[in-house]
Amino acid sequence: MKRAEPFDEGVRGLRVYAFLYLAFLYIPVLLLPLFSFNNSLFIAFPLTGFTTRWYAEMAADSEMHAALLNTLKVGTLASLSSTILGLLAAKALARGGLKGASAFIGLTSLPLFIPEIVLGISLLVLVTAMGIGLSLLSVAIGHLLVCLPFAIAVLLSRLEGFDASLEEASRDLGENGWMTFWRVTFPLVLPGIVSSLLLTFIVSFDDFMIAFFLCGTDTTLPVYIFGELRFPNKLPGVLALGSTILLVSGGLVFVAEWVRHAGVRLKPHRIIGR
Amino acid sequence: MSGENFLSVQNVSKRFGTTLAVDRISLQIGKGEFFSLLGPSGCGKTTLLRMIGGFSFPDEGSIAIEGADVTWLPPNERPTNMVFQSYAIFPHLNVHDNIGYGLRSEGVPQAERDARIKDVLRLIKLEGYGERRAQELSGGERQRVALARALIKRPKVLLLDEPLGALDKRLREAMQVELRELQRELKITFVFVTHDQEEALFLSDRIAVMEKGRILQIADPKTLYEQPNSRKVAEFIGTMNVFEARVTGIKAGNARLASPVLGEFTAPLRAGVNAAAGTTLLAAIRPEKFSLSREMSPRAIKGRIAAIAYLGDRDQFRVMAGGSTLTVSAHNLGGANSALCVGDAVYLSCAPDAVVLLNQD
Repeated sequence: MKRAEPFDEGVRGLRVYAFLYLAFLYIPVLLLPLFSFNNSLFIAFPLTGFTTRWYAEMAADSEMHAALLNTLKVGTLASLSSTILGLLAAKALARGGLKGASAFIGLTSLPLFIPEIVLGISLLVLVTAMGIGLSLLSVAIGHLLVCLPFAIAVLLSRLEGFDASLEEASRDLGENGWMTFWRVTFPLVLPGIVSSLLLTFIVSFDDFMIAFFLCGTDTTLPVYIFGELRFPNKLPGVLALGSTILLVSGGLVFVAEWVRHAGVRLKPHRIIGR
Repeated sequence: MSGENFLSVQNVSKRFGTTLAVDRISLQIGKGEFFSLLGPSGCGKTTLLRMIGGFSFPDEGSIAIEGADVTWLPPNERPTNMVFQSYAIFPHLNVHDNIGYGLRSEGVPQAERDARIKDVLRLIKLEGYGERRAQELSGGERQRVALARALIKRPKVLLLDEPLGALDKRLREAMQVELRELQRELKITFVFVTHDQEEALFLSDRIAVMEKGRILQIADPKTLYEQPNSRKVAEFIGTMNVFEARVTGIKAGNARLASPVLGEFTAPLRAGVNAAAGTTLLAAIRPEKFSLSREMSPRAIKGRIAAIAYLGDRDQFRVMAGGSTLTVSAHNLGGANSALCVGDAVYLSCAPDAVVLLNQD
């Protein structure tokens, strides 16, 4: 009898586990598009028939469009600002020699560990006290707070493999600091920048709690959806919206991965003789 | 301006935290000279090179090229270019764009740029490599691209930071030959950093031997090998037998000495050696300066072979003599030496001028 290789025992069991795990992960998500095409107000089996009515309703819902537009505005502002600030911070951290660098990284990621509801309330207090007022801008500022740690983490991991002598070589070859950034640093960090933009955009897009406290009358999409849940007849429309978001974010993740793989490897190659 | 002080380093110091990486170094490098900074890692040679290139500023002192002070200029405003130890080939650009990188900031028109890139690709024997990416290059090819990228800028001084360190031995030797030919042909001043003494001897017009941020000796390769000025230099460049000897008399530039190893002998006194009758000096002899024989000869010293290492082109013997162990090497000429075995009695002799007298540390 052929014996299993030393570390191969139990592989079959692991395969079953992996399959169950994936099912657990994706079946709930896949129910969303399934019911969004179901010809019934009620979210229950058995399915009653195929319809695209909910999509048509969604397309006609101008309140939803306004909320979507708000979310896109906030997401764009939050992802751009957190990525720019994150890049500056990551650049400084990656260069090394900074006193208290690890303490700084810890402090910036602290907002991730504060319950969002606490963060939302404290931001509300702050924004009111400072007289900024509740608006999309205050939401974007709140999102900047939670997006920044993600941006720093993504960009820092990209910059850690960065050979500092590449920038020195550019200076040596006659470029000033600014042109060195554009001709060397930026193209090499670009995949990290794209990842950071996508990730922070999704974090902002996803956020309910902070937006709920800070958005005032300009609702973002998650806040709008939460409001709609009170009306049973709006539920299938929300499912259609959810499915669309699923499709778009799936597409974004695909693009992000593609950019990441298309990016140039930064780690210095092992140098071999010819 | 030409001559000795084309590149002038005056009293330069650099501190990192509490360590003095470069300690009041001054040196003058001539136009078209191949000058090496040689020393073990941590001796400050790379720090000095980086200060010449503008990647780091000295705490004290000044650096001038052709009489113009460049001490505080950033790298992009200096007439120097650098070949980095890691080569620093831009991974997002192909060979053509890597080499042409530095021409864009100069505003060289496209057509001239392409022509110059083509010329330099021919110079480094990488014609037809223009479209290749950095990842597709071998170590030796990267090294050439890094060299070409710096040379196309027509620098007054080319700085090289251990550029051959990452290559395997055979390739390194081939690149040494090419590098030397290239430098002789282009007549550009090279400042070359290395920890490999053979490489430094082979390539350089002059070498500065460094240790702990200071220069121990600056000399041409032959002087450095034949007349080191200190025990440290003697032992860093090649192998050296060093032992104590007492001065018994001085006559006409020669010292008469006595030591347990060599017995009574005479050796030339060079400038800078402080000798007086009764003082103790160090006597240093290279392993290959000994001649080794089974036959007794006048003034030869008797020893016994303790170990033999066969190195192909030569044999290296450890010989016990006068209570010390000497390293003696003999070219592999066949004949009697090949038959020597551990434990054999041998006689060592050497010419008086093979002995280098050094001050005690």
